[in-house]
Amino acid sequence: MTARREPRPSDESQPFWDATREQRFRLPWCTDCDAAIWYPRTTCPRCTGSAVEWRDDAGGGTVHAASVQHRPGPGRDADDGPYVVVLVDLDAGVRMMSNVVGCPPAAVKAGMRVALAWEPLSDGRHLPVFRLA
Amino acid sequence: MGRSLRGEAAIVGVADAASPTGELDSRGRVLEAAMIREALDDAGLTLADVDGICCSGIATGIAEYLDVHPTFVDGTFVGGSSFEVHVEHAAAAIASGLCDVVVGVYASTPRQDRRLGASPASLGPMGPDVGAEWETPYGPHMPMTSYALAADRHMTQFGTTSEQLAQIAVDARRWAAMNPRARHREPLTIDDVLASPVIASPLHQLDCCLRTDGAGAYVLTSADRARDLRRPPAYVLGAATATDHWVISQMPDLTVTPGAVSGPLAFERAGITTDDVDVLQAYDSFTITALLHLEDLGFCAKGEGGAFVEDGRLGPGGSLPTNTNGGGLSYTHPGQYGIFLLVEAVRQLRGEAGERQVAGAEIAVAHGCGGVLSSTGTVVLGTEATR
Repeated sequence: MTARREPRPSDESQPFWDATREQRFRLPWCTDCDAAIWYPRTTCPRCTGSAVEWRDDAGGGTVHAASVQHRPGPGRDADDGPYVVVLVDLDAGVRMMSNVVGCPPAAVKAGMRVALAWEPLSDGRHLPVFRLA
Repeated sequence: MGRSLRGEAAIVGVADAASPTGELDSRGRVLEAAMIREALDDAGLTLADVDGICCSGIATGIAEYLDVHPTFVDGTFVGGSSFEVHVEHAAAAIASGLCDVVVGVYASTPRQDRRLGASPASLGPMGPDVGAEWETPYGPHMPMTSYALAADRHMTQFGTTSEQLAQIAVDARRWAAMNPRARHREPLTIDDVLASPVIASPLHQLDCCLRTDGAGAYVLTSADRARDLRRPPAYVLGAATATDHWVISQMPDLTVTPGAVSGPLAFERAGITTDDVDVLQAYDSFTITALLHLEDLGFCAKGEGGAFVEDGRLGPGGSLPTNTNGGGLSYTHPGQYGIFLLVEAVRQLRGEAGERQVAGAEIAVAHGCGGVLSSTGTVVLGTEATR
Protein backbone atom coordinates (compact mmCIF):
# COMPACT_ATOMS: atom_id res chain seq x y z
CA MET A 1 0.00 0.00 0.00
CA THR A 2 1.45 3.37 -1.01
CA ALA A 3 1.99 5.66 1.95
CA ARG A 4 -0.07 8.79 1.46
CA ARG A 5 -2.08 11.37 3.36
CA GLU A 6 -5.46 9.68 3.24
CA PRO A 7 -8.55 11.72 2.37
CA ARG A 8 -10.93 12.57 5.18
CA PRO A 9 -14.55 12.46 3.97
CA SER A 10 -16.76 15.50 4.39
CA ASP A 11 -20.51 15.33 5.01
CA GLU A 12 -21.01 15.83 1.28
CA SER A 13 -18.54 13.24 0.04
CA GLN A 14 -19.31 10.38 2.45
CA PRO A 15 -21.44 8.47 -0.13
CA PHE A 16 -18.55 8.61 -2.61
CA TRP A 17 -16.09 7.12 -0.15
CA ASP A 18 -18.56 4.52 1.12
CA ALA A 19 -18.99 3.19 -2.45
CA THR A 20 -15.23 2.86 -2.90
CA ARG A 21 -15.23 0.10 -0.29
CA GLU A 22 -16.70 -2.12 -3.01
CA GLN A 23 -14.72 -0.32 -5.73
CA ARG A 24 -17.76 1.45 -7.11
CA PHE A 25 -17.01 4.82 -8.71
CA ARG A 26 -19.94 7.17 -8.26
CA LEU A 27 -20.32 10.81 -9.25
CA PRO A 28 -22.84 13.34 -7.99
CA TRP A 29 -25.17 14.57 -10.72
CA CYS A 30 -27.57 17.51 -10.69
CA THR A 31 -30.79 16.06 -12.10
CA ASP A 32 -32.06 19.54 -13.03
CA CYS A 33 -28.95 20.39 -15.07
CA ASP A 34 -28.32 16.74 -16.06
CA ALA A 35 -24.64 17.37 -15.41
CA ALA A 36 -22.00 15.77 -13.20
CA ILE A 37 -20.50 17.76 -10.30
CA TRP A 38 -16.93 17.50 -9.06
CA TYR A 39 -15.78 17.76 -6.25
CA PRO A 40 -18.84 16.31 -4.46
CA ARG A 41 -21.31 18.95 -3.39
CA THR A 42 -24.93 18.71 -2.35
CA THR A 43 -25.55 22.10 -3.93
CA CYS A 44 -25.24 22.24 -7.72
CA PRO A 45 -22.68 24.92 -8.62
CA ARG A 46 -24.56 25.67 -11.86
CA CYS A 47 -28.09 26.22 -10.61
CA THR A 48 -27.63 26.22 -6.80
CA GLY A 49 -30.32 23.55 -6.68
CA SER A 50 -30.14 20.58 -4.35
CA ALA A 51 -31.51 17.93 -6.74
CA VAL A 52 -28.25 15.99 -6.58
CA GLU A 53 -28.09 12.20 -6.90
CA TRP A 54 -25.25 9.67 -7.06
CA ARG A 55 -24.74 7.79 -10.34
CA ASP A 56 -22.31 4.98 -11.13
CA ASP A 57 -19.65 6.01 -13.62
CA ALA A 58 -17.33 3.89 -15.80
CA GLY A 59 -14.40 6.16 -14.95
CA GLY A 60 -13.07 6.64 -18.49
CA GLY A 61 -11.19 9.82 -19.21
CA THR A 62 -8.39 11.72 -20.93
CA VAL A 63 -5.26 13.19 -19.37
CA HIS A 64 -5.55 17.00 -19.42
CA ALA A 65 -2.16 17.81 -17.86
CA ALA A 66 0.61 15.81 -16.18
CA SER A 67 3.48 16.57 -13.80
CA VAL A 68 6.08 13.99 -12.74
CA GLN A 69 7.02 14.33 -9.08
CA HIS A 70 10.71 13.53 -8.83
CA ARG A 71 10.74 13.84 -5.07
CA PRO A 72 8.03 12.39 -2.84
CA GLY A 73 5.34 14.87 -1.82
CA PRO A 74 3.88 15.29 1.68
CA GLY A 75 2.82 12.00 3.20
CA ARG A 76 4.73 9.82 0.73
CA ASP A 77 7.61 7.53 1.71
CA ALA A 78 11.07 9.01 1.28
CA ASP A 79 11.94 6.45 -1.41
CA ASP A 80 8.61 6.83 -3.23
CA GLY A 81 8.80 8.15 -6.74
CA PRO A 82 9.04 9.35 -9.28
CA TYR A 83 5.28 9.23 -9.84
CA VAL A 84 2.96 11.31 -11.98
CA VAL A 85 0.20 13.66 -10.80
CA VAL A 86 -2.44 14.30 -13.47
CA LEU A 87 -5.62 16.19 -14.07
CA VAL A 88 -8.06 13.83 -15.80
CA ASP A 89 -11.01 15.01 -17.85
CA LEU A 90 -13.61 12.33 -17.14
CA ASP A 91 -15.96 11.40 -19.96
CA ALA A 92 -18.74 12.45 -17.56
CA GLY A 93 -17.62 16.06 -18.10
CA VAL A 94 -15.72 16.87 -14.91
CA ARG A 95 -12.00 17.21 -14.12
CA MET A 96 -10.25 15.60 -11.15
CA MET A 97 -6.71 15.23 -9.85
CA SER A 98 -5.27 11.73 -9.74
CA ASN A 99 -2.25 9.53 -10.47
CA VAL A 100 -1.64 7.35 -13.51
CA VAL A 101 -0.06 4.11 -12.29
CA GLY A 102 1.35 0.96 -13.91
CA CYS A 103 3.58 2.69 -16.46
CA PRO A 104 6.73 4.83 -16.45
CA PRO A 105 5.55 8.21 -15.10
CA ALA A 106 7.29 10.18 -17.85
CA ALA A 107 5.29 8.24 -20.46
CA VAL A 108 2.06 9.92 -19.34
CA LYS A 109 1.15 12.84 -21.62
CA ALA A 110 -1.80 15.16 -22.04
CA GLY A 111 -4.32 13.72 -24.48
CA MET A 112 -3.82 10.06 -23.49
CA ARG A 113 -6.85 7.94 -22.70
CA VAL A 114 -7.01 6.47 -19.21
CA ALA A 115 -9.19 3.98 -17.36
CA LEU A 116 -10.14 3.85 -13.70
CA ALA A 117 -8.14 1.74 -11.26
CA TRP A 118 -8.15 1.52 -7.48
CA GLU A 119 -5.54 1.76 -4.76
CA PRO A 120 -6.41 0.52 -1.27
CA LEU A 121 -6.57 2.89 1.68
CA SER A 122 -5.86 1.80 5.25
CA ASP A 123 -9.51 1.75 6.37
CA GLY A 124 -11.03 -0.39 3.60
CA ARG A 125 -11.84 2.51 1.30
CA HIS A 126 -10.14 2.82 -2.07
CA LEU A 127 -8.60 5.81 -3.82
CA PRO A 128 -9.49 6.25 -7.50
CA VAL A 129 -6.40 6.30 -9.72
CA PHE A 130 -5.97 5.58 -13.44
CA ARG A 131 -4.05 3.37 -15.87
CA LEU A 132 -3.31 4.07 -19.51
CA ALA A 133 -6.22 2.66 -21.53
CA MET B 1 -13.54 64.48 4.84
CA GLY B 2 -14.42 63.09 1.42
CA ARG B 3 -17.77 62.18 0.11
CA SER B 4 -20.50 60.56 2.13
CA LEU B 5 -21.81 57.07 1.43
CA ARG B 6 -25.22 58.27 2.56
CA GLY B 7 -27.96 56.49 0.60
CA GLU B 8 -25.52 55.17 -2.00
CA ALA B 9 -26.20 51.46 -1.40
CA ALA B 10 -28.95 49.37 0.17
CA ILE B 11 -29.44 45.92 1.69
CA VAL B 12 -32.14 44.26 -0.42
CA GLY B 13 -32.21 40.67 0.79
CA VAL B 14 -31.57 38.88 4.06
CA ALA B 15 -31.71 35.38 5.52
CA ASP B 16 -30.72 33.72 8.74
CA ALA B 17 -30.97 30.31 10.31
CA ALA B 18 -31.33 29.34 13.95
CA SER B 19 -33.25 26.72 15.92
CA PRO B 20 -34.72 26.50 19.43
CA THR B 21 -32.72 23.28 19.85
CA GLY B 22 -29.60 25.30 19.35
CA GLU B 23 -28.62 23.01 16.49
CA LEU B 24 -29.15 23.27 12.73
CA ASP B 25 -29.43 20.33 10.35
CA SER B 26 -26.72 21.45 7.97
CA ARG B 27 -23.38 23.14 8.25
CA GLY B 28 -20.29 24.31 6.39
CA ARG B 29 -20.61 25.25 2.77
CA VAL B 30 -24.07 23.66 2.51
CA LEU B 31 -25.36 26.04 5.11
CA GLU B 32 -23.58 29.04 3.60
CA ALA B 33 -24.99 28.20 0.17
CA ALA B 34 -28.50 27.87 1.60
CA MET B 35 -28.23 31.27 3.27
CA ILE B 36 -26.97 32.90 0.09
CA ARG B 37 -29.76 31.30 -1.94
CA GLU B 38 -32.43 32.42 0.54
CA ALA B 39 -31.13 35.97 0.72
CA LEU B 40 -31.00 36.20 -3.07
CA ASP B 41 -34.53 34.79 -3.29
CA ASP B 42 -35.62 37.37 -0.77
CA ALA B 43 -34.17 40.06 -3.04
CA GLY B 44 -35.54 38.56 -6.24
CA LEU B 45 -32.00 38.05 -7.54
CA THR B 46 -29.96 34.98 -8.50
CA LEU B 47 -26.33 33.94 -8.25
CA ALA B 48 -25.87 35.13 -11.82
CA ASP B 49 -26.35 38.69 -10.53
CA VAL B 50 -23.62 38.38 -7.89
CA ASP B 51 -20.25 40.01 -8.57
CA GLY B 52 -19.06 40.47 -5.00
CA ILE B 53 -18.61 38.17 -2.00
CA CYS B 54 -17.80 39.02 1.61
CA CYS B 55 -17.01 36.62 4.41
CA SER B 56 -14.75 36.71 7.44
CA GLY B 57 -12.02 34.65 5.81
CA ILE B 58 -10.99 33.35 2.39
CA ALA B 59 -13.83 34.41 0.10
CA THR B 60 -12.43 32.39 -2.79
CA GLY B 61 -13.49 29.12 -1.18
CA ILE B 62 -17.21 29.87 -1.08
CA ALA B 63 -16.99 31.46 -4.52
CA GLU B 64 -15.48 28.26 -5.95
CA TYR B 65 -18.12 26.14 -4.23
CA LEU B 66 -20.90 28.15 -5.89
CA ASP B 67 -18.95 28.59 -9.16
CA VAL B 68 -19.28 32.35 -9.05
CA HIS B 69 -16.38 34.54 -10.17
CA PRO B 70 -16.62 37.76 -8.18
CA THR B 71 -14.71 40.91 -9.11
CA PHE B 72 -15.08 42.22 -5.55
CA VAL B 73 -14.10 40.21 -2.48
CA ASP B 74 -13.62 41.19 1.12
CA GLY B 75 -12.33 38.66 3.61
CA THR B 76 -11.67 41.15 6.38
CA PHE B 77 -11.65 39.32 9.72
CA VAL B 78 -12.01 41.45 12.82
CA GLY B 79 -14.16 39.11 14.88
CA GLY B 80 -17.89 39.64 15.38
CA SER B 81 -17.93 43.07 13.76
CA SER B 82 -16.53 41.74 10.49
CA PHE B 83 -19.91 41.84 8.77
CA GLU B 84 -20.61 45.48 9.52
CA VAL B 85 -17.12 46.30 8.26
CA HIS B 86 -17.90 44.31 5.09
CA VAL B 87 -21.06 46.36 4.52
CA GLU B 88 -19.07 49.59 4.78
CA HIS B 89 -16.47 48.32 2.30
CA ALA B 90 -19.08 46.88 -0.06
CA ALA B 91 -21.16 50.07 0.02
CA ALA B 92 -18.06 52.08 -0.90
CA ALA B 93 -17.27 49.61 -3.68
CA ILE B 94 -20.81 49.78 -5.08
CA ALA B 95 -20.91 53.58 -4.79
CA SER B 96 -17.74 53.86 -6.83
CA GLY B 97 -18.87 51.39 -9.46
CA LEU B 98 -16.50 48.55 -8.62
CA CYS B 99 -19.33 46.05 -8.36
CA ASP B 100 -23.09 45.83 -8.38
CA VAL B 101 -24.43 43.00 -6.21
CA VAL B 102 -22.54 41.81 -3.13
CA VAL B 103 -23.49 38.91 -0.88
CA GLY B 104 -22.09 38.59 2.62
CA VAL B 105 -22.36 35.25 4.42
CA TYR B 106 -21.60 33.56 7.69
CA ALA B 107 -22.21 30.06 9.05
CA SER B 108 -20.92 28.45 12.22
CA THR B 109 -22.16 25.29 13.90
CA PRO B 110 -20.20 24.68 17.09
CA ARG B 111 -22.88 22.41 18.63
CA GLN B 112 -23.07 20.10 15.62
CA ASP B 113 -19.33 20.10 15.27
CA ARG B 114 -18.89 19.06 18.89
CA ARG B 115 -21.61 16.39 18.68
CA LEU B 116 -20.23 14.96 15.45
CA GLY B 117 -16.70 15.07 16.77
CA ALA B 118 -15.45 16.91 13.74
CA SER B 119 -12.29 18.81 14.33
CA PRO B 120 -12.45 22.42 13.24
CA ALA B 121 -9.41 21.76 11.05
CA SER B 122 -11.41 19.40 8.82
CA LEU B 123 -14.94 20.69 8.95
CA GLY B 124 -15.15 24.06 10.57
CA PRO B 125 -16.95 27.05 9.18
CA MET B 126 -14.60 26.85 6.19
CA GLY B 127 -16.39 23.74 4.93
CA PRO B 128 -14.78 20.72 3.29
CA ASP B 129 -11.04 20.96 2.82
CA VAL B 130 -11.08 20.39 -0.93
CA GLY B 131 -7.31 20.30 -1.37
CA ALA B 132 -6.71 17.87 1.50
CA GLU B 133 -9.49 15.53 0.35
CA TRP B 134 -9.16 15.56 -3.45
CA GLU B 135 -5.56 16.56 -4.21
CA THR B 136 -3.13 15.82 -1.35
CA PRO B 137 -3.72 12.01 -1.46
CA TYR B 138 -2.14 11.99 -4.93
CA GLY B 139 1.14 13.36 -3.58
CA PRO B 140 1.50 16.75 -5.28
CA HIS B 141 4.05 19.30 -4.07
CA MET B 142 1.78 22.24 -3.38
CA PRO B 143 1.73 24.87 -4.64
CA MET B 144 4.48 23.90 -7.12
CA THR B 145 2.61 21.02 -8.77
CA SER B 146 -0.38 23.25 -9.50
CA TYR B 147 1.83 25.59 -11.50
CA ALA B 148 3.62 22.61 -13.08
CA LEU B 149 0.28 21.31 -14.37
CA ALA B 150 -0.54 24.74 -15.80
CA ALA B 151 2.90 24.84 -17.46
CA ASP B 152 2.44 21.34 -18.89
CA ARG B 153 -0.93 22.34 -20.32
CA HIS B 154 0.48 25.56 -21.82
CA MET B 155 3.28 23.56 -23.45
CA THR B 156 0.85 20.96 -24.78
CA GLN B 157 -1.62 23.49 -26.11
CA PHE B 158 0.73 26.17 -27.46
CA GLY B 159 4.16 24.56 -27.86
CA THR B 160 5.76 26.71 -25.16
CA THR B 161 9.26 25.45 -24.31
CA SER B 162 11.33 25.11 -21.14
CA GLU B 163 13.90 27.43 -22.74
CA GLN B 164 11.27 30.17 -23.13
CA LEU B 165 10.20 29.82 -19.49
CA ALA B 166 13.85 29.87 -18.42
CA GLN B 167 14.33 33.22 -20.20
CA ILE B 168 11.94 34.76 -17.64
CA ALA B 169 14.17 33.57 -14.78
CA VAL B 170 17.27 34.81 -16.63
CA ASP B 171 15.80 38.30 -17.10
CA ALA B 172 14.70 38.49 -13.45
CA ARG B 173 18.28 37.66 -12.47
CA ARG B 174 19.63 40.41 -14.75
CA TRP B 175 17.51 42.90 -12.79
CA ALA B 176 18.51 41.35 -9.45
CA ALA B 177 22.17 41.90 -10.35
CA MET B 178 21.42 45.62 -9.97
CA ASN B 179 19.58 45.24 -6.65
CA PRO B 180 22.00 45.12 -3.71
CA ARG B 181 19.37 43.48 -1.48
CA ALA B 182 18.48 40.67 -3.89
CA ARG B 183 18.94 37.11 -2.62
CA HIS B 184 20.63 35.99 -5.85
CA ARG B 185 22.67 38.35 -8.04
CA GLU B 186 25.18 36.10 -9.82
CA PRO B 187 24.62 35.74 -13.58
CA LEU B 188 22.20 33.04 -14.73
CA THR B 189 21.85 31.35 -18.12
CA ILE B 190 19.08 29.35 -19.75
CA ASP B 191 21.33 26.29 -19.48
CA ASP B 192 21.69 26.88 -15.72
CA VAL B 193 17.91 26.85 -15.36
CA LEU B 194 17.50 23.71 -17.46
CA ALA B 195 20.31 21.97 -15.52
CA SER B 196 18.70 22.67 -12.13
CA PRO B 197 16.80 19.75 -10.56
CA VAL B 198 13.23 19.00 -11.57
CA ILE B 199 10.93 18.45 -8.60
CA ALA B 200 7.58 18.65 -10.40
CA SER B 201 7.97 18.49 -14.18
CA PRO B 202 8.12 20.49 -16.34
CA LEU B 203 9.33 23.09 -13.81
CA HIS B 204 12.97 23.20 -12.76
CA GLN B 205 14.13 24.46 -9.39
CA LEU B 206 15.17 27.74 -10.99
CA ASP B 207 11.69 28.15 -12.50
CA CYS B 208 10.48 28.49 -8.90
CA CYS B 209 10.47 31.50 -6.62
CA LEU B 210 12.71 31.81 -3.59
CA ARG B 211 11.81 31.12 -0.01
CA THR B 212 13.15 34.04 2.04
CA ASP B 213 12.22 36.28 4.91
CA GLY B 214 10.73 39.56 3.79
CA ALA B 215 8.38 42.34 4.82
CA GLY B 216 6.80 45.48 3.40
CA ALA B 217 4.17 48.14 3.99
CA TYR B 218 2.44 50.95 2.15
CA VAL B 219 0.51 54.08 3.06
CA LEU B 220 -2.46 55.28 1.00
CA THR B 221 -4.14 58.66 1.38
CA SER B 222 -6.24 61.10 -0.60
CA ALA B 223 -4.77 62.83 -3.66
CA ASP B 224 -5.25 66.19 -1.94
CA ARG B 225 -3.23 65.18 1.07
CA ALA B 226 -0.68 63.25 -1.00
CA ARG B 227 0.54 66.42 -2.70
CA ASP B 228 1.62 67.97 0.61
CA LEU B 229 3.67 65.01 1.76
CA ARG B 230 7.36 64.29 1.52
CA ARG B 231 7.61 62.01 -1.51
CA PRO B 232 6.15 62.33 -5.02
CA PRO B 233 2.74 60.59 -5.04
CA ALA B 234 2.14 57.38 -6.99
CA TYR B 235 -1.52 57.86 -7.87
CA VAL B 236 -3.86 54.88 -8.12
CA LEU B 237 -5.17 55.33 -11.65
CA GLY B 238 -7.18 52.13 -11.73
CA ALA B 239 -7.51 48.82 -9.94
CA ALA B 240 -9.50 45.64 -10.34
CA THR B 241 -9.94 42.25 -8.71
CA ALA B 242 -10.88 38.87 -10.14
CA THR B 243 -11.23 35.42 -8.61
CA ASP B 244 -11.65 32.09 -10.24
CA HIS B 245 -11.13 28.93 -8.15
CA TRP B 246 -9.29 27.81 -5.03
CA VAL B 247 -7.66 24.48 -5.95
CA ILE B 248 -6.00 23.76 -9.30
CA SER B 249 -8.33 20.88 -10.24
CA GLN B 250 -11.22 23.39 -10.21
CA MET B 251 -9.49 25.96 -12.49
CA PRO B 252 -11.77 26.35 -15.51
CA ASP B 253 -8.89 26.76 -18.02
CA LEU B 254 -5.32 26.03 -16.88
CA THR B 255 -3.96 28.52 -19.42
CA VAL B 256 -6.15 31.51 -18.46
CA THR B 257 -5.82 33.21 -15.07
CA PRO B 258 -8.38 35.61 -13.58
CA GLY B 259 -5.91 38.32 -14.65
CA ALA B 260 -7.67 38.11 -18.02
CA VAL B 261 -10.55 39.84 -16.19
CA SER B 262 -8.82 42.09 -13.65
CA GLY B 263 -6.07 43.25 -16.04
CA PRO B 264 -8.22 44.70 -18.84
CA LEU B 265 -10.70 46.03 -16.25
CA ALA B 266 -7.97 47.89 -14.32
CA PHE B 267 -6.54 49.28 -17.57
CA GLU B 268 -10.00 50.43 -18.67
CA ARG B 269 -10.62 52.11 -15.31
CA ALA B 270 -7.22 53.80 -15.57
CA GLY B 271 -7.89 54.84 -19.15
CA ILE B 272 -4.70 53.23 -20.42
CA THR B 273 -3.66 50.47 -22.82
CA THR B 274 -0.74 48.07 -22.58
CA ASP B 275 1.27 50.49 -24.77
CA ASP B 276 1.15 53.05 -21.96
CA VAL B 277 2.82 50.76 -19.39
CA ASP B 278 6.42 51.84 -18.76
CA VAL B 279 7.24 49.24 -16.12
CA LEU B 280 5.49 46.05 -15.07
CA GLN B 281 5.63 44.24 -11.74
CA ALA B 282 3.86 40.92 -12.37
CA TYR B 283 3.88 38.23 -9.69
CA ASP B 284 6.49 35.62 -10.65
CA SER B 285 5.92 32.82 -8.18
CA PHE B 286 7.06 30.59 -11.02
CA THR B 287 8.22 31.40 -14.54
CA ILE B 288 4.91 30.12 -15.93
CA THR B 289 3.05 32.53 -13.64
CA ALA B 290 4.76 35.56 -15.18
CA LEU B 291 4.22 34.21 -18.70
CA LEU B 292 0.49 33.77 -18.10
CA HIS B 293 0.28 37.33 -16.74
CA LEU B 294 1.83 38.76 -19.91
CA GLU B 295 -0.86 37.05 -21.99
CA ASP B 296 -3.78 37.76 -19.69
CA LEU B 297 -2.86 41.43 -19.23
CA GLY B 298 -2.85 41.73 -23.03
CA PHE B 299 0.85 42.36 -23.72
CA CYS B 300 0.66 39.47 -26.22
CA ALA B 301 -2.00 37.07 -27.45
CA LYS B 302 -2.98 33.94 -25.54
CA GLY B 303 -0.47 31.21 -26.30
CA GLU B 304 2.20 33.59 -27.60
CA GLY B 305 3.88 34.32 -24.27
CA GLY B 306 6.79 31.98 -24.99
CA ALA B 307 7.74 33.70 -28.24
CA PHE B 308 7.10 37.10 -26.65
CA VAL B 309 9.70 36.71 -23.88
CA GLU B 310 12.33 34.95 -26.03
CA ASP B 311 14.23 38.12 -26.99
CA GLY B 312 14.81 39.16 -23.37
CA ARG B 313 12.43 42.11 -23.58
CA LEU B 314 11.50 41.72 -19.89
CA GLY B 315 15.08 42.43 -18.79
CA PRO B 316 17.20 45.59 -18.47
CA GLY B 317 17.10 47.58 -21.69
CA GLY B 318 14.15 45.56 -22.99
CA SER B 319 10.91 46.98 -24.33
CA LEU B 320 8.84 45.79 -21.35
CA PRO B 321 10.90 46.16 -18.14
CA THR B 322 9.36 43.59 -15.80
CA ASN B 323 10.00 42.70 -12.15
CA THR B 324 12.75 45.25 -11.94
CA ASN B 325 13.70 44.39 -8.34
CA GLY B 326 14.56 40.83 -9.43
CA GLY B 327 11.11 39.51 -8.62
CA GLY B 328 10.08 36.53 -6.55
CA LEU B 329 12.53 34.51 -8.64
CA SER B 330 15.70 36.37 -7.57
CA TYR B 331 14.91 39.24 -5.16
CA THR B 332 12.78 37.85 -2.33
CA HIS B 333 9.70 35.68 -1.77
CA PRO B 334 8.42 35.19 1.77
CA GLY B 335 5.06 33.67 0.75
CA GLN B 336 2.67 36.48 -0.18
CA TYR B 337 4.87 38.54 -2.46
CA GLY B 338 2.24 41.06 -3.63
CA ILE B 339 3.37 43.94 -1.42
CA PHE B 340 6.81 43.95 -3.05
CA LEU B 341 5.14 44.52 -6.45
CA LEU B 342 3.59 47.73 -5.11
CA VAL B 343 6.78 48.93 -3.41
CA GLU B 344 8.91 48.48 -6.54
CA ALA B 345 6.27 50.09 -8.77
CA VAL B 346 6.25 53.16 -6.51
CA ARG B 347 10.06 53.37 -6.40
CA GLN B 348 10.20 53.23 -10.21
CA LEU B 349 7.61 56.02 -10.53
CA ARG B 350 9.54 58.16 -8.03
CA GLY B 351 12.78 57.59 -9.92
CA GLU B 352 14.34 56.01 -6.82
CA ALA B 353 15.36 52.66 -8.26
CA GLY B 354 19.05 53.51 -8.69
CA GLU B 355 20.97 51.41 -11.16
CA ARG B 356 17.82 49.56 -12.19
CA GLN B 357 15.75 52.72 -12.76
CA VAL B 358 13.63 52.61 -15.92
CA ALA B 359 14.10 56.01 -17.53
CA GLY B 360 10.95 58.11 -17.72
CA ALA B 361 8.68 55.65 -15.90
CA GLU B 362 5.32 57.44 -15.64
CA ILE B 363 2.93 54.46 -15.53
CA ALA B 364 3.60 51.28 -13.56
CA VAL B 365 1.45 48.20 -13.12
CA ALA B 366 1.52 45.96 -10.05
CA HIS B 367 -0.23 42.69 -10.84
CA GLY B 368 -0.65 40.30 -7.93
CA CYS B 369 -1.73 36.68 -8.12
CA GLY B 370 -2.73 34.51 -5.19
CA GLY B 371 -3.49 30.91 -4.35
CA VAL B 372 -2.72 28.67 -7.32
CA LEU B 373 -3.50 31.12 -10.14
CA SER B 374 -6.72 31.55 -8.14
CA SER B 375 -7.18 35.29 -7.75
CA THR B 376 -5.62 38.43 -9.15
CA GLY B 377 -5.46 42.08 -8.24
CA THR B 378 -4.23 44.60 -10.80
CA VAL B 379 -3.21 48.11 -9.77
CA VAL B 380 -2.25 50.84 -12.27
CA LEU B 381 -0.12 53.57 -10.71
CA GLY B 382 0.88 56.89 -12.25
CA THR B 383 2.85 60.04 -11.53
CA GLU B 384 1.69 63.66 -11.35
CA ALA B 385 2.25 63.78 -15.13
CA THR B 386 -0.05 60.87 -15.90
CA ARG B 387 -2.67 61.40 -13.22
